[in-house]
Amino acid sequence: MMEAQEVEVEAQAATESGDQQLKLYSYWRSSCAYRVRIALNLKEFRKLNPLGYVPVLVDGDTLVADSFAILMYLEEKYPQHPLLPPDLQKKAINYQAANIVSSSIQPLQNLAVLKYIEEKVSPDEKLEWVKVHIGKGFSALEELLNNHAGKYATGDEVYMADLFLAPQVYAAIRFQLNMTQFPLLARLHEAYKKIPAFLDAIPEKQPDAPSP
Amino acid sequence: MITITNDKMEAQEVEAQAATESGQQQLKLYSYWMSSCSFRVRIALNLKGLKYEYKALVKGEQFSPEFRKLNPMGYVPVLVDGDTVVADSFAILLYLEEKYPQHPLLPPDLQKKAINYQAANIVSSSIQPLQNLTVLKYIEEKVRSVEKLEWVQFHIGKGFLALEELLNNHAGKYATGDEVYMADLFLAPQLCAAITRFQLDMTQFPLLARLHEAYNKIPAFLDALPEKQPDAPSS
Repeated sequence: MMEAQEVEVEAQAATESGDQQLKLYSYWRSSCAYRVRIALNLKEFRKLNPLGYVPVLVDGDTLVADSFAILMYLEEKYPQHPLLPPDLQKKAINYQAANIVSSSIQPLQNLAVLKYIEEKVSPDEKLEWVKVHIGKGFSALEELLNNHAGKYATGDEVYMADLFLAPQVYAAIRFQLNMTQFPLLARLHEAYKKIPAFLDAIPEKQPDAPSP
Repeated sequence: MITITNDKMEAQEVEAQAATESGQQQLKLYSYWMSSCSFRVRIALNLKGLKYEYKALVKGEQFSPEFRKLNPMGYVPVLVDGDTVVADSFAILLYLEEKYPQHPLLPPDLQKKAINYQAANIVSSSIQPLQNLTVLKYIEEKVRSVEKLEWVQFHIGKGFLALEELLNNHAGKYATGDEVYMADLFLAPQLCAAITRFQLDMTQFPLLARLHEAYNKIPAFLDALPEKQPDAPSS
């Protein structure tokens, strides 16, 4: 929800095709919306309506905001392609990895914070600040996932941790973070590039992304 | 054979005995008295009637290799339950919720459950990370000491406005109805921090102010207060 304020709302021609049960209010570049798009793709929903305040999911009379709350809602209501493993320890690792991203990294790289640093300290400090915080989080993730990773973050199936990691690694690369210090995350980044549900969710592919 | 008893203390002793007999180890919680995130977990453990060993970190211990094995981020809280290690307050709460279902922390209704997750994340993603010691130290060093309080009050204020709006249609005796749920576990410590540490003016947040008063009447919350913890400095 933090990214909503930074967004310039772009008017869109919504893709209508009769009754849609789910509506996702999204922004192409929003890290939080990106997580939810992956989940919807994995659970085989299509059609996203882009709007301003993001991400927000509307499901009939139910309205859910906040990417984590949306993912947990989807997980409970639409159990196909589970986003959490049954084992309690592995489940906890998924929640922990998700929260390292959503509490320790992403809030410190949003536009409001970066703008503050740019104005009150200096523009050069901005990139430095971001790299320090992403770096700290990524180091912790490398350690945390070291004993649990398989083909993906917490084993050989895609789970919630992967939905948080993919957009965050994408953002880190945009900030020109040197990924050689994070070999596991770099490997996961390459693995995500091969999954259609992830590819269809990337910012550049969204209806509201600017044309190249 | 466990005898059912109405006496709470006797029941707890019986429970502890059964746990020992079945070879289970007691829960351990790595905590710091002032930590907002640890406070959340302490409330949950109290509500669920779970005894635990309080493991206070000595100064600097969070940077030790041994602790980083438990949590690579170097933060409290960390819960150890036999062979299972869980770090991050959210992950711990969801673990406790699944393993020890007594006194549920989440309502059954999907919409209300979502509101609880959303309120929790407004605190844990939009407010708390911007008021932690690392960030405040940075502002003190790179900007000015006096900016620190302004920064914190701004971000808490922003989050609190969002919470007032969100909970307006859902609150009852507590944040999302007449039972204590996960949102309350995140709100209580955040309100304590806002009021006692950062002197936030609560008149603009009447619902949150009311909830703060309500939490001050619940034993599980009171026992979890920072000043009541074994590592709190004696006044």
